[in-house]
Amino acid sequence: MKPEGWRDLTPGAVILDAGNAREVKTGTWRTVDKPVFKEEHCSNCMLCWLFCPDMAVIVKDGKMVGFDYEYCKGCGICAFECPGKKGQKAIFMEEEKK
Amino acid sequence: MARVAAVTGNEAVAEALRQINPDVCAAYPITPQTELMQRFSSFVANGKVDTEIILVESEHSAMSACVGAAAAGGRVATATCGPGLALMWEMLYVASGMRLPIVMAVVNRSLSAPLNIHGDHSDAMGARDSGWIQLWSENAQEAYDNTIQAFRIAEHLDIRLPVMVCMDGFIISHSIARIDYLEDDPVKNFVADYKSVYPLLDLDNPKSFGPLILTDKYHEYKRAQHEVMTRVKDVVLTVASDFEKMSGRKYELFETYRLDDAEIGIVILNSAAGTAKDVVDSFRERGVKAGLLKPRLFRPFPYEEYAQALQRLKAVAVLDRSDSFGGYGPVFMEICSALYPLAQRPAAVNKIYGLGGRDFLPQHAAEVFAELEEIARTGRVKTTKEYIGVKE
Repeated sequence: MKPEGWRDLTPGAVILDAGNAREVKTGTWRTVDKPVFKEEHCSNCMLCWLFCPDMAVIVKDGKMVGFDYEYCKGCGICAFECPGKKGQKAIFMEEEKK
Repeated sequence: MARVAAVTGNEAVAEALRQINPDVCAAYPITPQTELMQRFSSFVANGKVDTEIILVESEHSAMSACVGAAAAGGRVATATCGPGLALMWEMLYVASGMRLPIVMAVVNRSLSAPLNIHGDHSDAMGARDSGWIQLWSENAQEAYDNTIQAFRIAEHLDIRLPVMVCMDGFIISHSIARIDYLEDDPVKNFVADYKSVYPLLDLDNPKSFGPLILTDKYHEYKRAQHEVMTRVKDVVLTVASDFEKMSGRKYELFETYRLDDAEIGIVILNSAAGTAKDVVDSFRERGVKAGLLKPRLFRPFPYEEYAQALQRLKAVAVLDRSDSFGGYGPVFMEICSALYPLAQRPAAVNKIYGLGGRDFLPQHAAEVFAELEEIARTGRVKTTKEYIGVKE
C-alpha cells in the first residue's frame, strides 16, 4: 500500500521495496507515436529488449512477442535499433489514434 | 579516571574521534581545520584506529563521500570550516534529508571576500537551515565533550540526523588549553556500536536512497523532517545526562551564568562567552545584576526554554559573530522570535562583533553592559543593530 500522509513515509525517503518501478506506468507519458511489431520481420535478436529504457518489450520463451504499452513512453529507441530481416524492420513507429 | 592534558582544540576533537573510531572519514584540508584532520590521519597511519580515510578533491566531494559511506551503513565523521563548509552546502541538505547521522567538526571561520582565515560564525550560520543539528562549544573541553555526545545524538533511533560540532577557529582550534580527557573504554561504551537502520550494503534487503520526489510528496517529506527536529532537544538532554554520569560534566541546551536574578544580560556564543563571563563578574562586584546566556543547541532552536531563561531581564544584548547583511544577526533573530510571544519582554539590542577573528575584549563586553544598564533605566533603545569593536 502506498503511504498517504507525512507520518507514513520512510525516514530519508529510502525505498525499501526493490523493483517498485513497476508501479510507475510510464506509458501514460506517451504522446504521439507508438511502436508496432511485425513478427515476420523479427529475428529475435533482442536488441529492442536490451535497449528499451523501461520494460515495454514482452519476451516469452526467448522470443519477442510484442509490447506492453503501459510501460512504453513512445521514445522510439526500439524501432531505431531494430535491424529487422532482409532490409525490413520488425518495429516501426506509428501515430497513435486516441 | 581523567587524563589531564594541554592540547589545542583541534587536537582535543581528533582525540575524541580516535576514541570513537569511526568506520569512514572523508575530509579535505582547510585552515584552521587542517590540524584536526592531520592529527586524525596520523592515528589512521599509525594503526590507532580502523577508520578508512577517503582523501577527496574538495569539500563537496568530502561530504558526498560521507553521504555514500553513511548510506552504506558506516559510522562517519568529518571536519571542515569556513569556505569548505560553504562548498559542502548542497550535500549538507542531502545528508540531513537522507537522515544520515554524520558527525562533523566545524572549526568556525569567516567567509570570503575579502579572504580571511580567522574565526567567526558566518560559516555555520550559513548552514543553519540545512537540517543539521548544531552544537556550539566555548573551549576545547566543550568541543571534545560535544563531539562524543554528538555521535549518541546523531545515531539516536528517534532522530538519525547529522550533527555539527562548532568551535572558534584559531581562538580555540589553535590555542593550547587544559583538558580532562576520558579514558578510551568509557568513551567506547558511551557511544557503543553503531548499527545502521537501512544499510545499502545489506544485500539481502535491497533498497534505494535518493529518489526523485515531486509535487505529490516532497512537502510531506519536509514536514516529516521538521517533526524529527522537534524530538532533538529531549535526546540532547538525555545524552547530556548520561554524559554527566560518566564524566561529571553537566551540559544543557544552553549555559546560563549568573542569570537567575539578573536584570541585564548578554547572549553570546562560543569562546567570547568566556571573556564576557569575567565581565559579568566585575559588574556583579559593583552591585549590577548582570548575567549571561551561552547557547549550546542552536539547531533546532529551543525557543520556549530560551524565553523562560531570558523573560525576567529588563534588557538583553545579543552578540553575533556573523552578520546577515541587510538583516539582524542570526542569533538576535532567534532570541527576538523566542521573546516575542511573552506579554512582558526585555528590550533587545544586537551587536555585531569579532568578524574575521577581530578580538573580543573585556572592554567590549563592558561597554555593552553599560549600555544595557542605561536601557534598563530608561527603557529606550537608541540603535537596534550596531557593530562594536569597529574602527570608525
